[in-house]
Amino acid sequence: MRARVAVTLKAGVLDPQGDAVRHALGTLGFAGITGVRQGKLIEIDLAETDPAAAEAAVRAMCDTLLANPVIETYRVEIV
Amino acid sequence: MRAGVIVFPGSNCDRDLAMALHRASGRPADMVWHKATALPAGLDLVALPGGFSFGDYLRCGAIAARAPIMRAVVDFAAAGGHVLGICNGFQVLIEAGLLPGALMRNAGLTFVCRDVHLRVETAASAFTAGYQAGAVLRVPVAHHDGNYVAGAETLATLRAEDRVAFRYAAPDGTTAPGANPNGAQDDIAGILSTNRRILGMMPHPERRADPALGRPDGATLFASLAQALVAA
Repeated sequence: MRARVAVTLKAGVLDPQGDAVRHALGTLGFAGITGVRQGKLIEIDLAETDPAAAEAAVRAMCDTLLANPVIETYRVEIV
Repeated sequence: MRAGVIVFPGSNCDRDLAMALHRASGRPADMVWHKATALPAGLDLVALPGGFSFGDYLRCGAIAARAPIMRAVVDFAAAGGHVLGICNGFQVLIEAGLLPGALMRNAGLTFVCRDVHLRVETAASAFTAGYQAGAVLRVPVAHHDGNYVAGAETLATLRAEDRVAFRYAAPDGTTAPGANPNGAQDDIAGILSTNRRILGMMPHPERRADPALGRPDGATLFASLAQALVAA
């Protein structure tokens, strides 16, 4: 079983990297971009076969290591 | 003062820090590998050095903060021990939950490696007792992720409890936008814990602790510690 974790900055936390990407896209002629937020995608392979148990385990991983609760939030998807 | 320096894979200021502590206290620091599960007995200070522990993977300091030795460091801090974290060491202390807030990518997105000026904001700690509040130091920074961020409530608490140890400043001690190398909120360069026994700071006092490297503005920090912890 595989879990996909998206870690992103909380709304309101300044993202200078996302801003730099937005400016670069504008420079390349991509118009109409009103915002870019950059995050991380982490894929975890698990021996667990029960989706609910897998999700609970991955959420515990997020809370203890994968995300920094001061500035980040996360989404877990079991695929 | 008996000091221990924690060494992680990727630490690169551990020897400098050990030299500065040795010079100030007259005794060599114990070097403690991150895989140890206990600190040497009788330490007065645990120091976490600068560097790029674990390659800055995931988030700066995040993996190091979960290394085996950190349980012992957290226990040491909880028992009232003095802990100093410089640069990556500051990032580790924040990731370990020993200091509040977060250290984000520098506002200018570039790695900043240059001398900055710091204003000493409080002399009320074992780390800063040898300085006058308001004194201006010149010490280097060398980091990519030193942009201190905290919620409004945390910032208000830090200010109200006089826990901002150092702010980035101009040479005359005034705060000015150009003096802040990384965009840190409120120009914060270093903060103290509630019990004032944990200091985390981005600049490198250990790189200005030897007179051969310029005016030794950083040496006072280590001398202050040695004096405060001499009887301990």
